Amino acid sequence: MKLGYYPGCSMHGTAREFDESLQAIAKPLGLELTELDDWSCCGATSAHATNRLLGVALPARNLALAEQQGFKDVFAPCAACYSRLATARHEMQEDAKLDAKVKEILKRPFSNSVGVMNIVEVLRGLIPQIKEQAVQPLSELKVACYYGCLLLRPAEITGFDDAEDPSSMEDVTRATGATPVEWRMRTECCGGSFSLSRTGSVVRLGRAVINDARAAGANAIVVACPMCHSNLDFRQQAMGQREGATEMPILYLPQLVGLALGLSPQTLGLKRHFVSTQPVLELVAAGAAKGEVK
Amino acid sequence: MPRIGVFICHCGENIARTVDVKRVAEALAEHPGVAYSTDYKYMCSDPGQTLVKQAIVEHKLDGVVVAACSPRMHEKTFRRAASSAGLNPYLCEMANIREHCSWIHEDREEATQKAIELTRMMVEKVKYNAPMQAIRIPVEKRALVIGGGIAGIQAALDLADGGAEVVLVEKEPSIGGHMSQLSETFPTLDCSQCILTPRMVEVYQHPRIKLLTFSEVENVEGYIGNFTVQIRRKARSVDEDLCNGCGDCIASCPVKKIPSEFECGLGKRTAIYVPFPQAVPNTPTLDRENCTLFKSRAKTGKDACMRCQKACQRGAINYNQQDRIEEFKVGAIVVATGFQLYKITKEQPRPGISGYGEYGYGTVPDVIDGLQFERLASASGPTAGKILRPSDGKEPKKIVFLQCIGSRDCAKGIEYCSKICCMYTAKHAMLYRHKVHGGQAYVFYMDIRANGKGYDEFVRRAIEEDGAKYLRGRVSKLYRDGEVIKVHGFDTLSSEPVVIDADMVVLATAMRAQPNIEALAQKLSVSYDKHAFLNEAHPKLRPVETNTAGVFLAGAVQAPRDIPDSVAMASAAAAKVLDLFSADELEREPTIAKVDATICTGCFHCERVCPYGAVEHKEIRDRKGNLIKVIADVNPGVCQGCGTCVATCPSKSVELQGFTDSQVFAEINALMG
Amino acid sequence: MSDNGNKQHDNSFEPRITAFVCTWCTYTGADLAGTSRLQMESNVRIIRLPCTGRIDPLFIIKAFERGADGVIVSGCHPADCHYTAGNYHARRRFTVFRELMDFIGIDARRLTFSWVSASEGTKWKEIVDETTDRVRALGPFTAYHNLAGGAEEAMAGGVQ
Repeated sequence: MKLGYYPGCSMHGTAREFDESLQAIAKPLGLELTELDDWSCCGATSAHATNRLLGVALPARNLALAEQQGFKDVFAPCAACYSRLATARHEMQEDAKLDAKVKEILKRPFSNSVGVMNIVEVLRGLIPQIKEQAVQPLSELKVACYYGCLLLRPAEITGFDDAEDPSSMEDVTRATGATPVEWRMRTECCGGSFSLSRTGSVVRLGRAVINDARAAGANAIVVACPMCHSNLDFRQQAMGQREGATEMPILYLPQLVGLALGLSPQTLGLKRHFVSTQPVLELVAAGAAKGEVK
Repeated sequence: MPRIGVFICHCGENIARTVDVKRVAEALAEHPGVAYSTDYKYMCSDPGQTLVKQAIVEHKLDGVVVAACSPRMHEKTFRRAASSAGLNPYLCEMANIREHCSWIHEDREEATQKAIELTRMMVEKVKYNAPMQAIRIPVEKRALVIGGGIAGIQAALDLADGGAEVVLVEKEPSIGGHMSQLSETFPTLDCSQCILTPRMVEVYQHPRIKLLTFSEVENVEGYIGNFTVQIRRKARSVDEDLCNGCGDCIASCPVKKIPSEFECGLGKRTAIYVPFPQAVPNTPTLDRENCTLFKSRAKTGKDACMRCQKACQRGAINYNQQDRIEEFKVGAIVVATGFQLYKITKEQPRPGISGYGEYGYGTVPDVIDGLQFERLASASGPTAGKILRPSDGKEPKKIVFLQCIGSRDCAKGIEYCSKICCMYTAKHAMLYRHKVHGGQAYVFYMDIRANGKGYDEFVRRAIEEDGAKYLRGRVSKLYRDGEVIKVHGFDTLSSEPVVIDADMVVLATAMRAQPNIEALAQKLSVSYDKHAFLNEAHPKLRPVETNTAGVFLAGAVQAPRDIPDSVAMASAAAAKVLDLFSADELEREPTIAKVDATICTGCFHCERVCPYGAVEHKEIRDRKGNLIKVIADVNPGVCQGCGTCVATCPSKSVELQGFTDSQVFAEINALMG
Repeated sequence: MSDNGNKQHDNSFEPRITAFVCTWCTYTGADLAGTSRLQMESNVRIIRLPCTGRIDPLFIIKAFERGADGVIVSGCHPADCHYTAGNYHARRRFTVFRELMDFIGIDARRLTFSWVSASEGTKWKEIVDETTDRVRALGPFTAYHNLAGGAEEAMAGGVQ
């Protein structure tokens, strides 16, 4: 699979471990990621909330670059970047006037031919390779797959899975050998980018997600978005989980895949989390002690 | 030289506002062959028609063109007027300058020019019109009623009481339809079975009604007054004539755990069963799919069990009974096949419709639909009328009712309102309170549609007397949380999110068309809309007729409808049929195909393409009786006038009267001239 | 395959379009469009027939010959024909006819074939507008006129 890689601001910044783990698993899975040359902001934070034209033109620029650089699809691991790129693509297809205006602003040829993919879609497409390469038994690990909202909604734009009853992350999880649990808060919001402006809401929403995952018997929550990760991992202390109660490790999906592929915790950036991922590593070791990969 | 009269209608402002009718009349006055051209405000009115009649006589007109609304509206009106003035009605045509011109264009110049062209076109056509006489055909005074729910029952009784013979076909083992599953009916809280079963018995006992249950329409041929229908009598495995309804077979059946369709899955039945105690007829039916004997026959070729046959003292059980086809001649058909409820599951029976993932796609226990609640509330239901949770049999202390599930939801593919849910939800809230005194009902609604007689008062009663809490807003998500169902909704009037720990949730799901109703509609040549509701001939003025002459509609098959309206519609359809049967002969339009015997070579391409088999072989003999040729001949009783044969004939020896090649070429030439 | 060799400067060119429709579905659908007051282009003139099965390909040729720039043929959806099968025959006829049109050099884009049911007023409007736009862009259909003009002259004895 050859994809145009759009890291966005988080991959080289606060979500470094997301990028590290992704790069680490890319080679063994045959995933060729080429970073887009001269990529710029996708406007996920404030642009789309303040001005529609700006909210579409910013991501469209990156799509135009991808097209120019010969990519059929752009892959944005951050769910917010993914949402903006996919939305720009969709809006330009649906609204001819907007399409003309944006093309005028871009000042470069662009025929809106580039597809937009997210991390779950990409890994779902690599399930056979994951199964083949899995060497580490994760049989002792129960994970709660957390989709958050931007991956699945709006359904007309994302469309890769059922917005109310998705299964793609669970499919990838099963391929790694871990067991996905059945729980209810899978598609509920974590508070998103209100982390700074409405921290109380984020803490409350995050707590509900973590409590539900725990009640369902999960050892860890797997996410596919740096915002979700930040809200659930970084804000866990504020949720009052730290003192005495069991902490809930939050993993990125490529980190889970990487563990199955036998990569080291260091390579996968598992030491960078606020909530220690040690319990997960212990369960992985327990699985290894028990026996063969399924 | 033809003498054609042209009459341009203003239709009040409908045409005159956009089309300069005086100019049209003037332009047509100049047209060769037009002897008289005028305009008038309302051509279809009495004075308007008198104008036409007088002009025919005064100006010795031999053709009339009325430029006005669609011929589908008033062609008959003007043809009758022409006829009464002594002009053959088929020398009168209409030009559509309203629906196809004044109503769809704004530019006065363009619309006027178009109106002139369309009128000229019809004038040129009329020059080639030939006088014709209506065809008379006999009428079979027997009606077929498809569907034995309340609408079908009402129609059958009205028809039979009115003197017609009736064949009533019902696909289930018993008549009664969904009304028989209801506990009480709004707005009176009448016991549904109590008011329905006397009617069911009346149908069974009526000397003029032939009741065929567990049967389906296999094929329909023919036309108004003369349909031939084939009914498939499915094999019950029970001889109806020998069976006396004692029920010994049912008591002996060892297969007891089949989910009962009548109980909406909340109760069980045996393999040989009667759907409910008051079923009409009371003859049991054997469900061969779940019967031990038939399963073993399929697997090993041997017959196992056979307990029901052994138990039957009348020898009425027949495991070798086959489906059989019975044929009837009927003059009219009433379609009253009712509805089915939408389900919130992921898999949907028709494309373009989605389920409710936000409510668990139907997998959350104790989330039921309206019909299931009716079965719980029913005294003869699976819980003997107690409101109990299907999961653990406990009495719910809080029930949340959700209105508009599927209905009015473009995201799910159903944009219409299902009409009955606001009323039956209020009814459910009331029944719940009557049965569970401390119970609390919550109703999430968008609007309350209670516009029948006594309906609004009924809903108010639920709120004011029975304490139902009505919350205006929708539920975004619900899921199981331990023993309760967490319902996350929003109250838009107080602008507050609401979370309720419900013991049970009842969904008011949309009314949908029956499965595979499209196949029946195609057999009847009746059109249907995108939701498979059958189309009426005209939404305002012809609500019980269809565009197929002789086929009528009653009840929810046409659109969501409650019981009083279904009964009214059924009686209306019956009245239309009785009207049809009131004459001994029917007049048919003579716009049918006719073969020119002098040119036809007998290639019979026409016979191959005729959908009705209207082409017969005719021998042409000389005076000595020797055969010269065998040519095609159209049976005027069977031909429906589609014209496929005309376009197929290589030698142009068959013409469609009223739409001949000359007429069509005249129209084309007139448009381009 | 150019059919507008005599292209006029056509800011004011308005195509003339003839539509052959069936009574039960498309004519009724067009009536519904009218009742619903759906505004549309005024270039289309409807000729009513009981069924699309009645439509002889000669009607279409005649229309083009006499000056139509575009032709629409519209009937009931497959399986819904009021006369059971007329629309199937029409469809088969026109699959062959299209090839004939290509052969004699009429741009197939000038002929529109559609299914419009009695409840599809909006669809009828869309077909009228879309066909009018398309034929307007193709320009006037003059090939037949040129041919017919030359033939008449030849027959009158005065050749160019």
